[in-house]
Amino acid sequence: MAQSKFTLSRWMEGNGPELGTVISSRVRVARNIEGLPFPYLASAEQNRTVLEKVIAAAGQEAFRDFTWKTMEELQPLEKQVLVEKHLISPFLAREADHGAVLLRRDEAISVMVNEEDHLRIQAIMPGLQLEEAWMEADRYDDLLEAGINYAFDEHCGYLTACPTNFGTGLRASVMLHLPALIMTKQINRILSALSQVGLTARGLYGEGTDIIGNLVQVSNQITLGQSEEEILRNLGSITRQIIEHEQNARQALLNENRAQIADRAWRALGLLKYAQMMNSQEAMQLISDVRLGFDLGLIKGVNHKILNELLVIIRPATLQYLAGKELSGVERDLERPKQIRKRLNQFKESA
Amino acid sequence: MLCQECGKEEATVYISKIINGQKSELHLCKRCAREREELDFTFQPQFSLHNLFGTLLNESMRGSREALRAAKLQCPDCGLTFAQFSQIGRLGCSNCYGAFQEKLIPLLRRIHGSTRHGGKVPRRSQSSVRLKRELERLKEEMQQRVRSEEFEEAARLRDQIRKLEQELHGGGV
Ligand SMILES: [Zn+2]
Ligand SMILES: [Zn+2]
Repeated sequence: MAQSKFTLSRWMEGNGPELGTVISSRVRVARNIEGLPFPYLASAEQNRTVLEKVIAAAGQEAFRDFTWKTMEELQPLEKQVLVEKHLISPFLAREADHGAVLLRRDEAISVMVNEEDHLRIQAIMPGLQLEEAWMEADRYDDLLEAGINYAFDEHCGYLTACPTNFGTGLRASVMLHLPALIMTKQINRILSALSQVGLTARGLYGEGTDIIGNLVQVSNQITLGQSEEEILRNLGSITRQIIEHEQNARQALLNENRAQIADRAWRALGLLKYAQMMNSQEAMQLISDVRLGFDLGLIKGVNHKILNELLVIIRPATLQYLAGKELSGVERDLERPKQIRKRLNQFKESA
Repeated sequence: MLCQECGKEEATVYISKIINGQKSELHLCKRCAREREELDFTFQPQFSLHNLFGTLLNESMRGSREALRAAKLQCPDCGLTFAQFSQIGRLGCSNCYGAFQEKLIPLLRRIHGSTRHGGKVPRRSQSSVRLKRELERLKEEMQQRVRSEEFEEAARLRDQIRKLEQELHGGGV
């Protein structure tokens, strides 16, 4: 396996509104083709038909910036890299029969075929851009519909394999970086209030009770009854409230513990630059510390683009992909700081 | 046993998942198990669908022959039975909805708090769905007018409703 080139997805590029707290906004819609069973129940022959139909529907001029990748032709590591960049689901990579993805060149749009539903159209954008992401997903949904008869019921909306997606088939989410709310232990109160407004929050918990990398994903729970615009407006306005709480908490930290926060950020940057072994959980925490320092104007030598890229390249598959070979866990811990260092040093040159 | 992901370290974590009714097993080393969980921000519903189905089924099971009948409901198109659906949590095809409608509607209400789609409509069904939504709105308005004894306005709405109904059933849309 040769050393491979890693492309940045649009969401990593570090331009967009509210980048200080919102890493990315993602929207996906689930669609199915009338008259064919859902992928898990369908025969291989039927799944192949689904793929052929979508390929035909995407044969238009509007899709000239897209490329097809079938799960069959991709190496396991290549698939996992797409998962780690949030472009396809783990399910598509690991379990799908006749699974494929249609990917726009800037990697902002991906159309998954034969996932849990026949089609999953996803748009992922940097920062807080829910409406923009929806407009993109909506546009490609219309384009594909021109060549596909979607399963739709006037009462229940778009019909999906799982009843939790009925109606709009829309799942929208924001990936938030909330270090100050987590540090000051206000996070649980805020997150537990979300379920009352039809949203769910997900953080990654490590061995302790800390949320790894201070990252929390908030998404809509309800897909039936509300319109797409209502769903997005609700998620957007709650997100803005969370951002405000986070900014207030950051300001309070800055007023009371400015030196400590700056010290923590510089130390984190030092470790990212000079450590020789690092597991991904530690790396996530350090990246978060640096990010907070950068967003508070306490630290230089990084930007959002690099910090986003680091979030992906420290993950196991991308790390091995970049190294050009398979690595054991210990080997990955050795490779991780090398790749991080390479990125941080590149920044120095270009700045 | 070696880790099935990296193939290099001793597997100490055992993961068993049931996907689409099929059990899959995975033996991983501690590190791979942890990394697998990290940042896998997929859109999984937070609550367990299986529990929800379980509760709903149990509720309707209470001493009933009716529940047994429901479990035997079967989709004529893909052959999935309601009992299978309750276990798997996934429908088999777009016609399952019609076959399991009476059982699905309370479930949808429970999940979404609604059973009525209010969003986007495929272009192909747009004109008829738009007409139907407009009809519903007019009928509601007419009821209100009747209640507030604005009969003239109600009569005007009634005529409008008739016209739309003719349009809807007379084809051409
Ligand atoms: Zn392993
Ligand atoms: Zn069916």
